[in-house]
Amino acid sequence: MNARHATVLAGLAILLCVPYFTPTYFLHLLIQALIWGFIYTAWSMMGRFGFVSLGHGAFMGVGAYVPALLWNYYDVTPWAGIPLGVLLSALLALVIGYPCFRFRVVGHYFALVTLALSQVVMLSIIAARDITGGSLGFTPRAVGDSWYALQFSEKSYFYVIALVLWLGGLAIWRWIDRGIGREALDAISEDEEAAASIGIDVMREKLRVTVISAALTALGGAIYGQYFMYLNPETVSGISVSLQIVFAAIVGGMYDMLGPTAGALVTISLNEGLRVGFGTHFIGAANTIYGILLILCIVFMPRGIVGMLQKMNKPRPSAKAVPAE
Amino acid sequence: MDIYLLEAIINGILLGGVLALLALGLNLIFGVIDVVWIAYADLVMCGMYMVYWLYVGFGWPLLLACAVAIAGVAVLGVLVHVLIIAPILGSAPINQLLATGGLLFFLQSFATLLFGTDFRNLGIRLPIIELGEIYISTARLLAFAIALVGAIALYFFLKRTFIGTAIRAIAQDRDIVGLMGVDQRRIYLVTSAIGGALAGLASCLLSLQYDVHPFIGNTFGPLLFMICVLGGLGDMIGGFVAAFIISQIISIVGYYTNTELAYVLAFAFFIALMFVRPRGIFVR
Repeated sequence: MNARHATVLAGLAILLCVPYFTPTYFLHLLIQALIWGFIYTAWSMMGRFGFVSLGHGAFMGVGAYVPALLWNYYDVTPWAGIPLGVLLSALLALVIGYPCFRFRVVGHYFALVTLALSQVVMLSIIAARDITGGSLGFTPRAVGDSWYALQFSEKSYFYVIALVLWLGGLAIWRWIDRGIGREALDAISEDEEAAASIGIDVMREKLRVTVISAALTALGGAIYGQYFMYLNPETVSGISVSLQIVFAAIVGGMYDMLGPTAGALVTISLNEGLRVGFGTHFIGAANTIYGILLILCIVFMPRGIVGMLQKMNKPRPSAKAVPAE
Repeated sequence: MDIYLLEAIINGILLGGVLALLALGLNLIFGVIDVVWIAYADLVMCGMYMVYWLYVGFGWPLLLACAVAIAGVAVLGVLVHVLIIAPILGSAPINQLLATGGLLFFLQSFATLLFGTDFRNLGIRLPIIELGEIYISTARLLAFAIALVGAIALYFFLKRTFIGTAIRAIAQDRDIVGLMGVDQRRIYLVTSAIGGALAGLASCLLSLQYDVHPFIGNTFGPLLFMICVLGGLGDMIGGFVAAFIISQIISIVGYYTNTELAYVLAFAFFIALMFVRPRGIFVR
């Protein structure tokens, strides 16, 4: 256990030192990987129990747009705007989640209802083009370096913020994993009726994990907006982001704590590598390869990259049933 | 009655025809194979590119180009089943849905890679019919009529032929049908081919009205799933009716406000109905 603690501490120390010896470009990629890794981790908190949501684009969109709009129109600091966005997302998750779980909307139906939700949010943002700028996107007002506005020209600030965010995400993952709720959720994902019959409050457990997952996704979206200083309805909400989140989590491996982060690293390096390699000549080349990779992943290694590596390292008998093969 | 509102209603009905045709294909596949093809709308995109390249690129006659596109998308449908669905038929249904989601990514980006993001059209301008003060596009009317014929043909195929009966039987009970001597794998292939052919037919009809570009599937794909779920996944008549309900909402609300708001309302209506009738509007 001590050796493990030492490894974790050493890893943290290295991660903290990264800004001192990394070129800005790689730092930029790392920040993206951490923010997306956090969002993918948030999605996997539900996804690993078989609640496949295609609605996380909606939560991310709300989380990103609410603080930016409040900042531009009412001068509300992101320190108040972000919690409000997160709260609204959590509420949205409650409003959608409660009836879904109440009426046993599961599997395909749950995926498609949440898909509709992400379309509703994206199209609402586009429809309110007088306020949000519609498809042209939205730029939060820049004021230079300021803690009040949560804007920094120096990338290392955002690196630390993203790092803290990501570590927080992992901590929450661990908290869910260690808690009593984990067993209950495992039971629910196996058989809802049976879980209810042994006294598990199915509704409460499902709602709790959904709301946590949605709130964290919104938080990730807000930090994404603060970092990029540009929001576009297509890139922070709607079906394409929802699918992007699901796929990266699957490629990385949604059943393991570091899987979603691995998914973020792989997809970002793939994208960047192909972009640098091919230049802008082959728009779509990255996603073409990504799409093939994805299909192969789902068909041949449904536990993702991290799950695969673990299996190769130690073939341990797993008690948890995997919805695969 | 407001003449423009009437026009919007008629346009809604005409739009509903093609959507209904696509909903039939998607529902057929769901009912029989128990898989949601998320990339179904993107197969339509492939079909539209086939029509475009054969007609504009190679100068083939339009009807021949359409026939080849229908056959081509049918083959694509079979390929989707053989290469993607069949290997994971035994795994959780959601994995199959996600695998076809990977296909969606692949098709959209591959089309971008091959053709760029330009909007392309056939350059055919069909005349506009004037009925008093109402204007109706011939392309839409034609699409509606052909879609209806396609739906009726499918109905008779399912009711009157042996293989159609086998398809309906498998949708009802997949285990027993095997005992009756029906080759399940063959039925799956035929169903995938029919689903593909319906998408191909729809792509011919849509390419008369819309420009084709790699992301056209995104504009009506999500709508299509709403329609199928609303009608009850696998319930073909339900999906057929739901297509007209949704297209009416879109054209009437779109007439009073704007298109995005119309879609927002259609999706919100869908979510709300999902809670009242979780297994489709016609199932209690």
